[in-house]
Amino acid sequence: MAARITPDDVAKVANLARLRLTDDELDRFTHQLSDILDHAADIEALDLAGVEPMARPVPLANVFRPDVPGTPLDRDEVLDAAPAHEDGLFRVPPVLGEAP
Amino acid sequence: MSEIVTTGADSAAATGRATAASATVDLDVWEIVIGLEVHAELATRTKLFSSATNEFGQEPNTHIDPLTLGLPGSLPVLNEQAVELAIRVGLALNCTVQRSVFARKNYFYPDQPKDYQISQYELPINAEGWLELPSGQRCGIERAHLEEDTGKSTHIGGGGRIHDAQYSLVDLNRAGVPLLEIVGKPDLRSGDEARAYVSELRSILVAVAASDGKMEEGSMRVDCNVSVRRRGDDELGTRCEIKNINSLRSLGRAVDYEAARQVDLITAGDRVVQQTRHWNEEDGRTHTLRNKEEADDYRYFPDPDLVDLDPDPAWIERVRAALPLLPAARRHRLADATGSSLEQTALIVERGLDELCLAAVAVGADPARTLTHAEHNLSDERAVSLDPSAFAELVGLEVGGQLTATQAKQVLAEMVSSGRSPADIAAERGFEAMESSELEGLVDGLIAEHPDEWQRFCAGDGKITGFFVGKVMKATQGKADGKAVTALLNARTG
Amino acid sequence: MTGPGATTARDIAAGVRAGELSAVAVLDAHLERVGLREADIHAFNHLTEAAARATAATIDARVSSGDDPGPLAGVPVALKDNLCTHGVPTTCSSRILEGWCPPYDATVVTRLAAAGAVAVGKTNLDEFAMGSSTENSAFGPTLNPHDLSRVPGGSSGGSAAAVAAGFAPVALGSDTGGSIRQPAALCGVVGVKPTYGTVSRLGLVAFGSSLDQIGPFSTTVADAALVLEVIGGHDPGDSTSIPAPFPSVSDHLDDGVAGLRVGIITEMMGEGIAADVAARVRASADALAAAGATVEEVSVPAVMYGLSAYYLVAPAEASSNLARYDGVRYGLRVDAPTTGEMMERTRTAGFGDEVKRRIMLGTYALSAGYYDAFYGKSLRVRTLIRQDFDAAYERFDVLLSPTSPTTAFPLGDKTADPLQMYLNDVCTIPTNLAGHPAMSVPYGVGDDGLPVGVQVLAPALGEVAMFRTAAVLEGSLS
Repeated sequence: MAARITPDDVAKVANLARLRLTDDELDRFTHQLSDILDHAADIEALDLAGVEPMARPVPLANVFRPDVPGTPLDRDEVLDAAPAHEDGLFRVPPVLGEAP
Repeated sequence: MSEIVTTGADSAAATGRATAASATVDLDVWEIVIGLEVHAELATRTKLFSSATNEFGQEPNTHIDPLTLGLPGSLPVLNEQAVELAIRVGLALNCTVQRSVFARKNYFYPDQPKDYQISQYELPINAEGWLELPSGQRCGIERAHLEEDTGKSTHIGGGGRIHDAQYSLVDLNRAGVPLLEIVGKPDLRSGDEARAYVSELRSILVAVAASDGKMEEGSMRVDCNVSVRRRGDDELGTRCEIKNINSLRSLGRAVDYEAARQVDLITAGDRVVQQTRHWNEEDGRTHTLRNKEEADDYRYFPDPDLVDLDPDPAWIERVRAALPLLPAARRHRLADATGSSLEQTALIVERGLDELCLAAVAVGADPARTLTHAEHNLSDERAVSLDPSAFAELVGLEVGGQLTATQAKQVLAEMVSSGRSPADIAAERGFEAMESSELEGLVDGLIAEHPDEWQRFCAGDGKITGFFVGKVMKATQGKADGKAVTALLNARTG
Repeated sequence: MTGPGATTARDIAAGVRAGELSAVAVLDAHLERVGLREADIHAFNHLTEAAARATAATIDARVSSGDDPGPLAGVPVALKDNLCTHGVPTTCSSRILEGWCPPYDATVVTRLAAAGAVAVGKTNLDEFAMGSSTENSAFGPTLNPHDLSRVPGGSSGGSAAAVAAGFAPVALGSDTGGSIRQPAALCGVVGVKPTYGTVSRLGLVAFGSSLDQIGPFSTTVADAALVLEVIGGHDPGDSTSIPAPFPSVSDHLDDGVAGLRVGIITEMMGEGIAADVAARVRASADALAAAGATVEEVSVPAVMYGLSAYYLVAPAEASSNLARYDGVRYGLRVDAPTTGEMMERTRTAGFGDEVKRRIMLGTYALSAGYYDAFYGKSLRVRTLIRQDFDAAYERFDVLLSPTSPTTAFPLGDKTADPLQMYLNDVCTIPTNLAGHPAMSVPYGVGDDGLPVGVQVLAPALGEVAMFRTAAVLEGSLS
């Protein structure tokens, strides 16, 4: 964390997040993200080996739903809100590459 | 100045060009290492995290709710029955059922409606188990965890192939269906073992009613990790993951092809590149997909919309107590009761005829004959309803000599289709065993009538046996016991 | 007071239920104010005037036929535009959801309607609730009704301004790092973030799932309690929902604070807090002491790390929550030859700078090799903060601090440097990380005559003590 985030890092991360940045944005965001990460140096300095991580603040476990069907959404209403659809299916441009 | 050396072999490996693989791998020199990942759709009424229905083959996008669509503001709530089934399978696979955490696996794809999948990562519900193959060999199970299924994309234009499509269509009916991902340890060593593993796993899933395990319908999907190493090596070779295996037969073929491909590469001085490959059923080869620019970084983290899953011991015990006797246990039970090998019991248990055999043996049927009939003569699915005492009676008639093997088989077939008793059927067909003196007389008569053929028989022409047996059968209208005839012929040569 | 001048939700509901007030008349009075000032203030993204009139008319009809429409009968309510409203645009003030109408209602929306409330419109916010000034809205900022050259705060600036301007007696917002409390302070109204898990998040467009909570804006402490009792309580559709009804706070509003132990958080009264703001906090502490509470300073050391931890945890969760905006199933789509490019162009065109910044920050914090150092570490800091608060709550019943370090700042003042903007949340962020409740109570003005809010904090499910304290503070001003 001591090393600032580099433009390469930002470019990689933008790609992972499906965001395209202009050169100017890349510079600007790198600078801004660096500042924010620099600020986080205060927690970097802490030794928290003995402290449990808290992923969520509610001490709940085992929350379930019965295996009972609910009312489905109206397909027409849903497809009307879709950018493109055909024969009841969502239509998208060609997908290159298999899913992971 | 550093030198960058690129051999032709490296570039071949890098482009993943399918090499012409040798027909078989020399197993004296090489060891094939296989680990299987099986995804089983769980037989629940609704999806893993929402109340949309879990049904195969319906109108597209009709089993939808806000979560299935990944709508803003939607939230997941865990299906209790999916957990019940996961525990069942975990226990059936001898796993430890433990506290687990749902994690998000983040990646973009149009059939992944939230652009992340809710799965389990560091802490799966089931860990460290094993299953037993019919041979008696055990294969380790690393984990079996819960996760959401994706929707389905179809690619239009370009012959349905993804790379030439003009556009794609997405159906989210399947998105969110509960899956159990079962990760086996790399304990398998051949295509046959891989098939046996999948077959056994499927039997277990069906036995505990967790899944219908239909590979062809996609309710059970198999991905295969294959690597090779020289016999004696401790380290594992680089593995490739093979996808698009849609049947047991494909699994065997894919393993054999891939192992040979890897051996060829190594033998030629190339390296095996770790990659995902696609099995192509038509050309019988694995292929790399178009190169991905970079590996996906899934950025797993615990899903903040869900809480820990920690089934209490009482629940786990209830599930354990309600488990049916599993296939491996049934094989052992039958083998122990009949003194047979495990392998012989495999098909019988698969057909669900083990209880019938056990009951027949319990009332005195000869174990060996009982098993032989069950294995070879009871493929009809109605056989399961056979009355064990009647079966035992039938076996008794054969062993006692009143019926020949051929006759017994015929009577058995009719018992299955009509439900009538063996005695009735035998009497109706006029099956009585021949008196041995009658048989001897017939044989002697034939020898006298056909001296040339008899000469050939005495000279050792085995084929001529059929001539004599055939004559005897004709004369007795099939009532004679072929084996007895052969025995008499042989005795006469002496 | 009931009657045509009634301005609080309590009084309106009482009047409507008793048949003394017409819901339609109440609505008209509020819409008139909207008509006069909304063009200047821009509190709303979308007004649902026709539907509101229909609802109000129905309520009046029900009352006439002897029916009881519920505890919020006829009360106009404004809803932050990140709450799903069936058939009504829910944009999160983002181009990527411009014009999108959800096919379902958020749980809180359903509960408000069932209580007889009249939804008047969807209010402006910082895009996807990311911001402290409402300047990150894709549809233009909301202005502070007290001074139109200044921000109303954020991200729920529109809801805060709507209540401050009298457009509705109550409004709903969401609070992830202070997004209800800080705008409440800057606009001089009451704003409450309840205990995490007490109000269902089903239908709230997610930003930071382990931090988000929905809560009310109001002009009185009693109204905030009333709204929370209507919208709060277990929802089986939200796995993080506490399986209990919302604590009944209204019954205890007049309990007073005699014997209550109040702690002023040392770390939130020092450098970085404007002197006039700190002065108002001390004045509020004096008022509580005068009312019989014991007041002392208390150190909660870990709160100093809140900002750093928050700006790793919240963006991390957001980066995942906002992945779904990909142009496939709803919302904006910018076409391209392949789906991958389509997703990229859509998200690039659809998201503003702050959203992009946080998505990238969050993606980085979760990425391979960095998880332990960033996200993982932040989750441990979270535990530390919780532990330090727990220690403080062994000696104190409630804690006190400023809500915002300053009064409302001018538009454009802090937009150049994101970090400067983030510093607005130093006092509010720790409670989100801990999952505790906190509320902002208007407590006079600063040197510039602009509203100052005092923050009252309580332990998990400590709403009763929190509201008792707030009621006393409110009473001490009149």
